[in-house]
Parts: sequence; C-alpha cells; structure tokens
Amino acid sequence: MASPATATAPSTSHLLKYKNGIHYTLATGLTPLNSKATAAWKNKKRTAKFVAAVMAPPQPQQRSPASTGSVKHAMTMTEKILARAAERSQVSPGENVWVKVDNLMTHDVCGPGTIGIFKKEFGSQAKVWDREKIVIIPDHYIFTSDERANRNVDIIRDFALEQNIKYFYDITDRSDFRANPDYKGVCHIALAQEGHCRPGEVLFGTDSHTCNAGAFGQFASGIGNTDAGFIMGTGKLLVKVPATLRFVMDGEMPHFLLAKDLILQIIGEITVSGATYRAMEFSGSTVKSLTMEDRMTLCNMVVEAGGKNGVVDADQITFDYLEGKTSSSFEALYSDEAARYLQEYRFDVSKLEPLVAKPHSPDNRALARECRHIKIDRVYIGSCTGGKTEDFMAAAKIMISAGQKVKVPTFLVPATQKVWMDLYTLPVPGGNGKTCSQIFEEAGCDTPANPNCGACLGGPRDTYARMNVPQVCVSTTNKNFPGRMGHKEGQIYLASPYTAAASALTGFVTDPREFL
Amino acid sequence: MILNNPATFLSINPSSFGKLSSTSFRMTTAAINAMKSLSVSTNLMHFPAKTSSKLALPQTQQISRQSLHKNVLNFHLSTPRNNRISTYSVPNPPRAVASQSYDALTEPNKKIFHGKCFVVDDNIDTDQIIPAEYLTLVPSKPDEYEKLGSYAMIGLNAKYGRFIEDDQIKTQYPIVIAGANFGCGSSREHAPVALGAAGVKAVVAEYYARIFFRNSVATGEIYPLESECRVCDECKTGDIVTVEIEGNKLINHTTGKEYVLKPIGDAGPVIDAGGIFEYARRTGMIAAPSS
Repeated sequence: MASPATATAPSTSHLLKYKNGIHYTLATGLTPLNSKATAAWKNKKRTAKFVAAVMAPPQPQQRSPASTGSVKHAMTMTEKILARAAERSQVSPGENVWVKVDNLMTHDVCGPGTIGIFKKEFGSQAKVWDREKIVIIPDHYIFTSDERANRNVDIIRDFALEQNIKYFYDITDRSDFRANPDYKGVCHIALAQEGHCRPGEVLFGTDSHTCNAGAFGQFASGIGNTDAGFIMGTGKLLVKVPATLRFVMDGEMPHFLLAKDLILQIIGEITVSGATYRAMEFSGSTVKSLTMEDRMTLCNMVVEAGGKNGVVDADQITFDYLEGKTSSSFEALYSDEAARYLQEYRFDVSKLEPLVAKPHSPDNRALARECRHIKIDRVYIGSCTGGKTEDFMAAAKIMISAGQKVKVPTFLVPATQKVWMDLYTLPVPGGNGKTCSQIFEEAGCDTPANPNCGACLGGPRDTYARMNVPQVCVSTTNKNFPGRMGHKEGQIYLASPYTAAASALTGFVTDPREFL
Repeated sequence: MILNNPATFLSINPSSFGKLSSTSFRMTTAAINAMKSLSVSTNLMHFPAKTSSKLALPQTQQISRQSLHKNVLNFHLSTPRNNRISTYSVPNPPRAVASQSYDALTEPNKKIFHGKCFVVDDNIDTDQIIPAEYLTLVPSKPDEYEKLGSYAMIGLNAKYGRFIEDDQIKTQYPIVIAGANFGCGSSREHAPVALGAAGVKAVVAEYYARIFFRNSVATGEIYPLESECRVCDECKTGDIVTVEIEGNKLINHTTGKEYVLKPIGDAGPVIDAGGIFEYARRTGMIAAPSS
C-alpha cells in the first residue's frame, strides 16, 4: 500500500506540533505533508527514482514493516486498537487510517440527519453495511409533545424497519415508558448495559459522550451525521490516530470522593482544550479499583477536555460486568510497556477533595468547600455522566446520613429503564433495607422521572426539569456552558452525586464531608 | 455566466491555468490506492455536472449592505452556495494563477471571501452556536436546513450583538472571527451546518475543537481556518475583512492590518468539493448514488 509506514516514527517534539497544526487530512496512509517523516519519505522516493534511471537495478517492492521484519515500535492501547481495525501491523500518532467499524450508534436527534445523508449519498434503496452493527437508541427528546421531536423517533423507526436493524430500542407509548419492552433510555448507558461495548473494538456514535464506552478498553469516539452516514454505507471511517495523554492515579480513594471528582480534577488541570486530538489513558492503582460505572464516569467526560477518546484497561472487573451481557467474542488490547505518551500526569488521589466546575465551563474547577456561600435553586441528578445506579446509590447514602429533607427541588432522572428498576428494588447499603426511591421520597426529592437524557441539554421547552428561568443548579451532568440546561443565564455547577445530594440538603453548594 | 455552466469550464485548456498543484494530484492517486481496500465500487466515475451537493435549495440571495466594493461584494454574498461545487466538476481542479484582481467573475476558484466580520472570543461551544432545543430540525431536509441557519449563534451572550437580525434568516457576516477552541462541546453537526446555512463562508479561529473541525470539513459547509495570532483581539464586529484561502491571509480593511493564516491544507479540497462524500466520489472511493 502506498504508505510511508517504513519511515521512522515521528519524535515527541513533532507530535507536540499537532496542537495547532493540521488536524484533519484525507491523504490516507500519508503523514501530513509538513512532517519530518514525510520529508524523509519524499527524499527516499526521489533518490530511489534517480538510481533506477541510471543503473536500472531491480527495484525492491515497497513492503510493509511486518513482512520485512523491521522492528515494531511500542504502541499505546489506542494505537493498537486502531492498527488492528485498519488491518495494519502498526500505526503512529498523526497518521490517517481507514478503520473497520465494529459498532455505530445513533439516537433520535442525529439519527434522522444521518439517515437523510445515507439515503442521499448511497441511494434511496441502499442497504446499510451491516444490520447487526448499527444500534439505534431514541433517548434525547422522548417525553415531550414537540411534534418534530416525535416525528424524529418515527423517522428512525421507519428506517429500522426498512433496514431490518437488529438493535432498535423503540418507544411508542410515551405516557408510560414501562409499557415499551424495547425502550432503554440514555444511549451510552444502554450500550454498556446491553453488551455492545467490548474491549478492543471500535465504536462510533453521533453523540459527544460516545467516549463513555472507552471504559471497556475500546476505541469509542463521537462523530457528526455526515461521518455516520458514511459509516452506514461503507462500514469504515477515516480516523487520525491520536497521541495519548496518560493519567496515572494512585492512592486510596477517600470515602467522600467519587469518579466525577477525579475527572473534574483532570479537566480543571488541562483545560477544555487540553486533550484536543488526544486519547486519554487512565491507569494506576486507583483506576484499577474503580467499578465499571466509575470508569464510565471517568471516560464520559473525556470530550469535555477536548479529548478524542478515553481508555481504561480491560480487566476482571470488565469481564465480570460483561458476563451474561454479550455472547460476542472479543480480544482486549493493552498498551506496551515502552509505549510513548505525549504527556504523563500523576495524581495522589488520597490528597484530592470534592470539586465543582463553576459556571460556565467544565474546566472552571473549584473546591466544593470554597463554594459554601453559593445559594442554589435546584439540584439535578441524572444523565449518562451521573444518572447510573451507583450514582443514585451515592446520593441516597448522603440522604440517609443526613436524615433531613432537601431544601430545594431535587430532580432525579435515571439514565435507563434498568437504573429506574434498581432505584425501586435494590436496598441501599446502610439504609435498613430501604430502596433509593424510598429514601429519596422521605427526603422530599421529586419522584424519579422517565429515563432519558432529560434536561442535561435543555431540550424542547416542555422537557422535565428544564431550566426555563435563570436559576442556579448543581448537577451531576457533563456540560455547564451558557444555556446548556435551557436558559442562557442559568448557572450550572457540575458535581459528583455526593456533592449534589449534599447541596440539595443545605440549599447551598456543599462539600459532602458535612454529611459523611 | 461561466460559473453556472460547467461545460464551459471543462472546455478550457487546463494548461492555461498554470501548474497543477502537486499536492492535490498526489492525494488523488494515493486516495485511490487506499480506497481499494473498501468493499464498495471504486470505479472512477464520469461525474455528471452537479449543481449542488445538497438537496436542491431555492436560490437565496443575500441582501448586501455594503456600499463599498459593491460589485464584488454582491457577487460573493449573493452567490448561492452551490456555485462552488459546479466549478469543480473535474477531478484534479487546477489551481488558478494568483492574481491581484478581486474580480471574482473571471477567477471564481480563488476562494476569496469578503464582507463584514463577526467577532467572538474563546470556547464558544455548540450550545451557543445552536442551542439544543433546535436540534429537532433535521439538516438533510431543505426547509429545516434553512430554519437551522436562521437560529445560528442565537445562544450567544448578548454582549456580542445579534448575529442575525430579527427579520432575517441569513446573516450579514460571512466571516466569523473567534478565539481558542471554537466549536467545543457537542458532536452535533448542526453547529457548522447552521453557520453555513446562515451564510457564513469561513471562520478564522485561533484553533478548533476537533469534532467541530471534522464536521466542518466532512459537510463542506464552512472553511475552518486558523490564524497565527489572536486575530479576535484586533478585530471588531462590523470590520470589513477579506479572507483569502489560497493566499493564507486575512485582511482587515477597516484597521488596515493583514494577518497570516495557517494553510487549510488537505482539508481544503474536501471542502472545495462540497464535503467528504463529494470528495470521495471524485476520487473514486464510492459510486454515485443509485436511485
């Protein structure tokens, strides 16, 4: 294949250039034209031609490194996954490669647009590349009377039927989500719970938080409608291999800290563009001790740092989680010992404290205890980031501890049907056999709502818990840009479920240690 | 007019356009080689002259407000988006010889955009570019595409001023100047699409969030250019500017200053073609749509 893969891998200083350099090239298999590697390749080619013209010896065929047996350099997990998906023996950061996609996910907001593009570009009678590799999950604007939103669910249903899509988690009866056996809820959590996330695979989704699935040791990244339409027809996508940033977290996790605090710490450290075009690799003894849901919370907000994807090593915790969820085989990949990282950050987790991200940016980090004077109007616990079973369990734990009622409206939006069920059936540790729902009811929270994305991103005007007037909200969601939850002047403090629950109990932004 | 008649363009002797850019030539053959591994047809198609890569849109005319450079401005601002596509119905479009003239009538493929600029600063996220409540609009439907454009930048703080006037659906600012990390936030393609539908031709930012950059290129809606310095600190909304894609520069006529832009690089031909699908078709990667 026409590729300068035989050239030496770019040095680290070259990689650092990519922050402001050319970010997207269509020259497949070629490193960007201004790189040292390409310069070396250009020189090689010119010389070879010149020699051939004069002496005419037989010109050796350009062979890939694997066949020449040349030394392979160490790769990170992300590089390995992309290499395998591109059927290459190795890849380097900065290279553009065509990868085979294992799964494509879309939802009700971007699905119709993606389908429109697919039909226009491949033909109205075209068939998708693989009816079993597309997962269509309505979750964003479901429980609304907005006609266009409802029409969008109809559009994806028609397409799913027409293409005989295997995985379409439909909802037809909006008045009672439980009456819909197929309906799941928030796409990223549904993907995990239904066994679509598998180590070593490549997943793309038409949503920025697709990176959530990186918790399973796979390459998972968000794309737009056009790229998704392309995958729908071809099963492949052109991807630029990202360099990897490594985050090593060691130390015992304090009892008042949750994974959300860890990722807020990181984003505050590197800023919202600190990981642009990078893979974020999370490792260390603390990460190894995290549950799958914790790991998802960590990888979920990789995009808030500008990251392309996030990864955590697949281990026994991963395999146990997947047990019974998927029958597909998979092969996990791991970073080589000698793999090169662009940057490495080390954290002693035992020294960290609960955090919030103040308005209006996820990197506007502050200690929760230093925001004690900030009066709030409401609390929102939900979304793919903070609406999983363990997130609610954590919030319930704080409420048991406090034994009081909340001082502000507290909205609870479980991510999926399964999570909703758990709230009503699972006993909370230390709760004397009570379930989350009972504890929340006693504390005066709102009744757990329909599982969906809800007000995390505002949505149509009638969305439950949408901020329609300027208010101050502490939320377990992922973005707090102006207008994110509805009103442009709304103020959103991103926090862990512990911090959110503690804040609900006092009516101010509160460090959970007040109740733990 | 030459633009609306691709046949006229095709009959012009390519050698009169000067040297073929080696960049675009190499990319095409390399692209074809790499595409061979795909399971879809890789036959190099004879491309029927296309007038638009999008579903047929009514030809909308931008109401020009500038009195300076009236003829040139009217041309650029009133040119329907699809004209860019019809000029490139040949593979390997030859690059025009650089010239000082701003007369776009005879040199349409110089990719020069001229008009008022709208200035914002850092971390303008997709929720500000197109708030989530408008995401029910499906960009591949022509009427909803236009509607989406009318809501572009509506989530911005009032301090920046109105991007689109109340009674308008298109913006009077074909160029947006921004700071760092423009387009951060969601992966929603609606963001660059809304800007393009509103009439934005190019954004000049310090740098971009990757999904936004990627979506801009894949859709071909806008040229996402990067500046060498913080142009947003030196320009004000309403300044008359010129952006030269091939010249890699931004000229602010109001202040008289010129700025160097980073070359659009390999993303350029993709946007020129009208996005990744058009580009993939021209390089033989996928077949023309079968009806």
